[in-house]
Amino acid sequence: MDKRRVYMDHAATTYTNKEVLAEMLPFFTDYFGNPSSVHQFGREVKKSVDVAREQVANALGALPEEIYFTAGGSEADNWAIKGIANSYKNKGNHIITTKIEHHAVLHTCEQLEKEGFEVTYLPVDEFGMVSLADVSTAITDKTILISIKYANNEIGTIQPISEIGKIAKGKGIYFHTYAVQAVCNLNINVHEQNIDLLSLSAHKFYGPKGIGALYIRKGIKISNLIHGGAQERRRRAGTENVPGIIGLGKAISIATMNMESHNDKLIKMRNKLINTILEKIPYTRLNGHPIKRLPGNTSFCFEFIEGESLLLSLDMKGIAGSSGSACTSGSLEPSHVLLAIGLTHEIAHGSLRLSLGEINNEEDIDYVLEVLPEIVDRLRSMSPLYEKVKGGKQ
Amino acid sequence: MYSEKVMDHFSNPRNVGEIENADGIGEVGNAHCGDIMKIYLKVENDIIEDVKFKTFGCGAAVATSSMATELVKGKSIDEALEVTNKAVVEALDGLPPAKLHCSVLAEEAIKAAIEDYKKNQKNK
Repeated sequence: MDKRRVYMDHAATTYTNKEVLAEMLPFFTDYFGNPSSVHQFGREVKKSVDVAREQVANALGALPEEIYFTAGGSEADNWAIKGIANSYKNKGNHIITTKIEHHAVLHTCEQLEKEGFEVTYLPVDEFGMVSLADVSTAITDKTILISIKYANNEIGTIQPISEIGKIAKGKGIYFHTYAVQAVCNLNINVHEQNIDLLSLSAHKFYGPKGIGALYIRKGIKISNLIHGGAQERRRRAGTENVPGIIGLGKAISIATMNMESHNDKLIKMRNKLINTILEKIPYTRLNGHPIKRLPGNTSFCFEFIEGESLLLSLDMKGIAGSSGSACTSGSLEPSHVLLAIGLTHEIAHGSLRLSLGEINNEEDIDYVLEVLPEIVDRLRSMSPLYEKVKGGKQ
Repeated sequence: MYSEKVMDHFSNPRNVGEIENADGIGEVGNAHCGDIMKIYLKVENDIIEDVKFKTFGCGAAVATSSMATELVKGKSIDEALEVTNKAVVEALDGLPPAKLHCSVLAEEAIKAAIEDYKKNQKNK
């Protein structure tokens, strides 16, 4: 069996950069103090935590005091949405989001609906783009929050975030964006883009898992999600995950510094992968926007076959990808994102996402391009749906 | 997540294909849910002489189709009707709970093909 291993699931998670890990390690053993402590063991750690906070703030064009560390993107989303809802419920009970959000946003909104809030889930077009007109139309005098994902993890589509920020600002409504896939891939400036809250997670840009942050614009009143001690300026209790925070800071500063060359490399590989697959494999479609998409994202649907079969077959060849088919989502429904861009269930079941990262190279792309068409052929030859097409019955 | 047997039947499925002028054809499932199984039977003197399948679905769907065809091949119609989804699961050394429905589909596909065979016999 082929021993080659090709990791193309960077949108799920990345490895931790060795330089980042090296920066973190002393904070397990040598600098282990509690940053809240008065003594020197605590004080020296507190200083490093402050540096990491600055690194995160710099990457976003924010102020250090606007950055709050969390246990990851999901916590940041929960905090942003529940916190604003709770703090501004006297002003209104309406929230606007989209049909293609991450579950951390969707399920939080569904929970708020049970508590009496009203939520508008905006549709998207065939490329996964939100319409600015829809955003404006959805706003009522009860709207307190707009939460729209910066760039979609499944199909890669990048939303017109600055324009949405402008609309929100004009109406005095808070604007939150889940930006885990966008940070370090796209130029972000929260103040210029009128973003009031932004969630991020370190393991999407070569940092460790279990650490993220919520940016909260200065002056915004937001109720706490995690109650307890006075950490994070009394807003997020719990002893700091210091090694994680150090890792997040280092990872975000390296990734922001390398962004241009990283993106150039990824976009070149991505375009080759997309163009060749569409050319070589019939009955295939690209999901997401052809141009306004994340540098490392490719997402396809191969008709007449099912995504899990595809993933297993690729895995046997050492290639790691992901799919939005029902069998891989752990439910009976295929991905809500693929359905929202108008795909039928049948087509959505045959989805494949290959998300590229720093460790991929041209050889990986060539290897996938060699292996994938054979796999699709084999699965189609077993499919009763393909037989109908070949027989001209469809 | 899958047993070695499941992976074996997924990567080298037995009896894939179609039978021309089959004596019975059964198709179950639908594309909406992501699983379709189609079974073809060749029956002689009440014995399943040959069986083939085509499946659109996940790894478990392919493996259960493959195993089900193995279990009924060479059996009489009555014996084949007794092959349950449980027998398919056991022969595959188990399936994850979320995938048990695939084995049910495989049993139904065999039964549908036998039904079709019986109907064709009556119409002869």
